Amino acid sequence: MAQELKLDGPTLERIARGEGLALCAAGSWTAMFAPALERIVADAEQLTGTRPNIFIDVSDVAKLDTFGAWLIERLRRSLTEGGVEAKIAGLSANYSSLVDEVRRVEPTGPAEPVSGSFRAPIERLGRTVYAFGDDLVALISMMGAVLAAMLRAILHPSTFRLTSTVHHLEQVCWRAVPIVVLITFLIGCIISQQGIFHFRKFGADVFVVDMLGVLVLREIGVLLVAIMVAGRSGSAYTAELGSMKMREEIDALRTMGFDPIDVLIVPRMIALVLAMPILTFLGAMAALYGGGLVAWLYGGVDPDAFLLRLRDAISINHFTVGMIKAPVMAIVIGIVACVEGLAVQGSAESLGQHTTASVVKGIFFVIVMDGVFAIFFASIGM
Amino acid sequence: MAVDPSDAIIRVRDVSVQFGSTKVLDELSLDVRRGEILGFVGPSGAGKSVLTRTIIGLVPKVSGRIEVFGIDLDAADAAERRGVERRWGILFQQGALFSSLTVRQNIQFPVREYLNLSQRLLDEITIAKLGMVGLKPEVVDRFPSELSGGMIKRVALARALALDPELVFLDEPTSGLDPIGAGDFDELVRTLQRTLGLTVFMVTHDLDSLHTACDRIAVLGSGKVIAAGTMADMQASEHPWLRSYFHGKRARAVVG
Repeated sequence: MAQELKLDGPTLERIARGEGLALCAAGSWTAMFAPALERIVADAEQLTGTRPNIFIDVSDVAKLDTFGAWLIERLRRSLTEGGVEAKIAGLSANYSSLVDEVRRVEPTGPAEPVSGSFRAPIERLGRTVYAFGDDLVALISMMGAVLAAMLRAILHPSTFRLTSTVHHLEQVCWRAVPIVVLITFLIGCIISQQGIFHFRKFGADVFVVDMLGVLVLREIGVLLVAIMVAGRSGSAYTAELGSMKMREEIDALRTMGFDPIDVLIVPRMIALVLAMPILTFLGAMAALYGGGLVAWLYGGVDPDAFLLRLRDAISINHFTVGMIKAPVMAIVIGIVACVEGLAVQGSAESLGQHTTASVVKGIFFVIVMDGVFAIFFASIGM
Repeated sequence: MAVDPSDAIIRVRDVSVQFGSTKVLDELSLDVRRGEILGFVGPSGAGKSVLTRTIIGLVPKVSGRIEVFGIDLDAADAAERRGVERRWGILFQQGALFSSLTVRQNIQFPVREYLNLSQRLLDEITIAKLGMVGLKPEVVDRFPSELSGGMIKRVALARALALDPELVFLDEPTSGLDPIGAGDFDELVRTLQRTLGLTVFMVTHDLDSLHTACDRIAVLGSGKVIAAGTMADMQASEHPWLRSYFHGKRARAVVG
């Protein structure tokens, strides 16, 4: 360090020499002094046209690096372009190869593309709308590919990957149980508390049981679990498949004669389709338990009365509706996650974007599907 | 090459590194002298990359002492460490380019961090560095995922050299390059060493590189440096691994 501090800043002295001019560079022409160097060189460039020939004498330069060498070369080039005969003199053997190196640099590289006109956001909007159509096509074709792969697995059961499926089942089902049960339990508590608080004003406390039962079994249970699964397992699927794509692991599978759909996607889809109804059931039970607990402790509805009321208020239809929806939600989440995972390009940023998209689109389609189901079940009277 | 042994730019003393119960480096000592190109060889899995990463500070050591530019990195404060990091450049085995930045942004990243330059000079220096590593200016706006393996290596070297470091670590720089490209690369390392007074610490398996580029060779075996010296010393050695390495079929083809 001490050695560096001793170095003087760079200078470029002008000495008249007959008709011409000598520019004597001295000091250290290094990156550390680059801003000063740029100014010096810009000043010297003004000399264009004043003299027929200019020598750039670098024999007194104490230290030279690529930055300094390039600036000297830049000066020589702009002087030459201005019609001055410019020469670099006094190069030591060490530095001459460096200057030769920068002399080979091609004059102008392409400039960085400028972005950010007012048209850009509109253009982006248009592309997003357009891409939505492509998304639907991709989802449907992935669905077809998965169905075809499952058919193959049924026809040739030996190709089915049981170990992998069980592994994924552990990841998306067994390990998800604690968090799913906890969250649905809390939501059940909150619904019950809010219901009692507001219904009490007109003496309808006990109807909170009806509301809790219908809401949890029909809608909230499955929706909440689907959103959690999309955030927890959908994102994991996208990230796993995406990073495998980035590292060419998926290409490697293909070249070994494996279909990535068979090996990677079918086990994941089956695990998810099995996991969703189980988690939905557990979630619904936890929410009812939490709701009942709050009704007892906060609303004074004792457990016997709660269960009696629940039996009257709820038909098996409510439960069936919730459970029918669960595997469909699983398919939607899984297909979206796998399509996004396989769409990942080479960069880390792309992986992040597709993982986000997987969760956002997964939740979006889950809610759209829920709406479609609501209309369907209403029209068949369930 | 007559270099004063006391002028060591990297001084490694009795360094041990352990992963779980496996001892990877066992009280290893090594000097890298200012201005030399040191080739570091050894069987695969002997811990060459581990030593490199230990010197850089990415792998913690169990015991021992490492000085770079005369500064003990364990004792250095944040500013001193930053000063050292400004003066070295590292080429990782896989390139380690930032995948979400273009080639231009990758090379300019360390420069922007340490120096306050105009955009024009930054762009010109980027093109100059790319030229030095043998790439055309057209690649500047490509992303790393759009480059071939050899090009990634070259861009990574350009980034390692972006700040004109005094010391560069090259982790298998010529693996994955075609022989002509590898030869150019060795020539390039030589040129840079001459012009910038660069010190190079090169982990390599390429016998051509060892021949043409390296001043000195150090050999790693069972956690220690088992030999260090010039190519002639290596060829004269009686150590069984050195004999098979430097006198094997591939070596004879190189030595001719």
